[in-house]
Amino acid sequence: MGKNQKKVIELEEVVVKFAGDSGDGMQLTGSQFSDASASFGNDLSTFPDYPSEIRAPQGTVAGVSGFQVHIGHKEVQTPGDLADVLIALNPAALKTNMKWVKPGATIIIDIDNFDNKHYKKAGFVEDPLHDNSLKGFNLIKAPITSLSRATVSSLELGIDHKTADKTRNQFVMGLLFWLFNRDVKRGEEFISKKFVEKPILVKINLAVLYAGYNYAETVEAIATQFHVNPAKNKKGTFRQITGNIATAWGLIAGAEKAGVKLFLGSYPITPATEILHELSHHKNLDVRTFQAEDEIAGICTAIGASYGGSLGATSTSGPGLALKTEAAGLAVITELPLVIVNVQRGGPSTGLPTKTEQSDLMQAIHGRHGECPLPVIAASSPGNCFNFAYEAAKIALEHMTPVILLTDGYLANGTELWKIPDVDKMAEIHPPFVKDNDPDYQPYRRNPETLSRSWAIPGQEGLQHRIGGLEKSDIYGDVSHDPYNHQVMTNYRAEKIKRIENYIPEQKIHGDQEGGDLLVMGWGGTYGALNMAVKELREDGYNISLAQFNYIFPLPKNTEALLCKFKKHIICELNLGQFAEYMRSQFPQFKYEQYNKVQGLPFFIKELKNKFKEILEEK
Amino acid sequence: MTQSNIKLTRADFQIDGPVKWCAGCGGYPILAAVQKALPETGITKDNVVFISGIGCSSRFPYYMKTYGFHTLHGRALPIASGLKSSRPDLSVWVATGDGDSMAIGGNHFIHTIRRNLDLNIMIFNNQIYGLTKGQYSPTTPLGSITKSSPYGTIEKPFQPGELTMGAQGTFFARVIDKEPKGMERVFINAAKHKGTSVIEILQNCVIFNNDTHEMIVRKEVRDDRIILLEHGKKMIFGKEKEKGLIIDGQEIKAVKIGENGVTMDNVLVHDETCKNPNIHYMLARMTYPELPVAIGVIRSVEQPTYETLMAEQIEQVKKLSDIKSVKELLYSGKTFEIK
Repeated sequence: MGKNQKKVIELEEVVVKFAGDSGDGMQLTGSQFSDASASFGNDLSTFPDYPSEIRAPQGTVAGVSGFQVHIGHKEVQTPGDLADVLIALNPAALKTNMKWVKPGATIIIDIDNFDNKHYKKAGFVEDPLHDNSLKGFNLIKAPITSLSRATVSSLELGIDHKTADKTRNQFVMGLLFWLFNRDVKRGEEFISKKFVEKPILVKINLAVLYAGYNYAETVEAIATQFHVNPAKNKKGTFRQITGNIATAWGLIAGAEKAGVKLFLGSYPITPATEILHELSHHKNLDVRTFQAEDEIAGICTAIGASYGGSLGATSTSGPGLALKTEAAGLAVITELPLVIVNVQRGGPSTGLPTKTEQSDLMQAIHGRHGECPLPVIAASSPGNCFNFAYEAAKIALEHMTPVILLTDGYLANGTELWKIPDVDKMAEIHPPFVKDNDPDYQPYRRNPETLSRSWAIPGQEGLQHRIGGLEKSDIYGDVSHDPYNHQVMTNYRAEKIKRIENYIPEQKIHGDQEGGDLLVMGWGGTYGALNMAVKELREDGYNISLAQFNYIFPLPKNTEALLCKFKKHIICELNLGQFAEYMRSQFPQFKYEQYNKVQGLPFFIKELKNKFKEILEEK
Repeated sequence: MTQSNIKLTRADFQIDGPVKWCAGCGGYPILAAVQKALPETGITKDNVVFISGIGCSSRFPYYMKTYGFHTLHGRALPIASGLKSSRPDLSVWVATGDGDSMAIGGNHFIHTIRRNLDLNIMIFNNQIYGLTKGQYSPTTPLGSITKSSPYGTIEKPFQPGELTMGAQGTFFARVIDKEPKGMERVFINAAKHKGTSVIEILQNCVIFNNDTHEMIVRKEVRDDRIILLEHGKKMIFGKEKEKGLIIDGQEIKAVKIGENGVTMDNVLVHDETCKNPNIHYMLARMTYPELPVAIGVIRSVEQPTYETLMAEQIEQVKKLSDIKSVKELLYSGKTFEIK
């Protein structure tokens, strides 16, 4: 069989979805593909879709693990609504993902696994290859298992099938390298690095990678190659980064800039645990991590560290935030710096631990006993988790307050091609330290501008004082049950947080600065989808703009003025309307329409566009 | 820990304002003993921190002229752990009660001990909830009638010493609030011990559980009902020092020396530094009337502390890593130039 003369189609963007059993290495294959795309210069965004079971029974729908990669010549801000290419290693993976592919998409299956035994496990009643359900798709039936095994056994290294089967993902990679018109040599580097200590695994994986590439090149079923050119609007040094890694790094950067040590007290919880993993690696940067016995001890150790002059931080997800609320109140009344990272997931209770949601907003703003205000900010892309973790550290350290940073499962595990920032140019951080033996020091004497108290640290000479959860007297910090004093201190705590609005940037609008027909409002992690939907509608001539909020409490000072410029407002969020409720409480004069979704999934650009058009076309 | 050059006195640790426990509360002699013991440790005053949870005992930091943090119910230990692991230079003391440390903070108690942070934990054990006005606590004796157990408690109490040994504690002592000298001596030993020191203080609550420990600590009966343990000394007790502890089979037994063939040679010698905790465990569990209650340092063994191991890891990793700043971190690993 000779090599085909195949057609190459140039595309602006492509979405590829990898799906297989939890143990099939789909996350790895997806990362490998996205790394190769980033080296090539494509813009990209990725999103893993994994079950909460570690290894559910093989071949079942419950055990399907997926990884979506969106690459582009044009700007990419989301992992993409639907896939152009689906790789399904078994019938269960096909069943789970068929609804997430575009009409006419290319579907690559491992034909070796499409038999009655596997259909039964996946719950297919009819043979999906013969019941017309795949009609209209470009179906590639690749014998991935048998060819991988044959390739490995031809090396005569005495390797069993079980080990050989673990190379199947490299067959898929080889196939994709060809399909996307890429230099297969780039795949070699990844494998050599990955198995650096096991030369035999390098050997068999490389052989299978080439087998996949050669198969694609040879077989007639694959008639076209796709080509996605390097990103057109990006220049500089980039790296791929997940939201969790970016959050961890942002905290380290904030502590470094402020000249204090970072301490993380944390208890493992999906999808926040990676922050603990990442920070535990960075002892080289003086980071201390304390894996606590529970969520409460997580935040309490962080408060203890902050009391001792470190930047205390704790990372968690919704259920953990609930457990931390009492201690957050202690940090509020003792006015100590603290960063609480809440990587939101589907709730309530254990809910959807591995899926994304934005339903902890009310908990973050209000979820404490007593009058207990603290700033709430939210990151809006995997990369800017770095900036907002840094910002959370800055606010906490300069205003002597706990800060809640909201991210979500989608940002935490998703990646983007992130331009590496110049840390030297990031804003300075100046905590309100006190000099030893300062005769004017009093525990609750406040800075007249920010209203924050000073940070006297145990070990400092001549600054002994006592703080605690009991209400304290203004200025002197003695225990006080005086009614008037409690009013004064409660007012100070509220006003101190309100004044943070003087230190945060104004709210920006993407679109018409002078106002227009419809303002789309979102917050946090939905930015990519909302921005793309608004951008595409604007390109189609619609009068629509976006305000994506990162500073939630307090809100930017120009918020009200900005809302006034638009005729209609719609608030889109992955909950039943918590930000909408909040905006109604702040600015009741506007009528806010809502678009809400609670499926554990991010917004799709298409559904947003449909909704916005509907509103814009209303008379 | 930095040592003080000037000799401090009790007055250096006394606050100017009033101490607000009930008249006759066991808290007063404990406070006095701590204030007298601290100057003997030589620790710089600026480096002393008192951390507490919630309850009568936990007002303690307000009565010490040092750095202090009155925290949440049950949470003194994790807050102290965060402080000590990030600031090994500080001398961190925890004032807690039987409810604060054994009930709401029970989980933190065992985990703190197993980590062996260098903390000094004083448990004010008055076997009752005082600040909430008289409910039974995890150390209240079985059958006790309290406000929340009008027909008697039906749950077995914890013994702090048992829990400490079970959590691989390196230091456990028991003292009596009426014995200032004994408290001072033990507090000094606890301060010197590198690791988590647990000190159970048999404390009287004059309002809600008056005389709870009287059955064993009353002057007239004390000699027969408690045994003062001293490292390297025979375990003897009684008015005339006529009784001793021996091992009989697998148990500790109190016997009269000279009777039934028991001689002084049979009497156990206290070794607080013995790594094997079995004897310490038996000593900590002794209750009257079967056996005398053990007072003094029961266990004191050296093991690496959490904060030392953490600091060592940091130094090692710093030496090995090429990444010395956030800037270097951001450019580490795989980066992509796009032109």
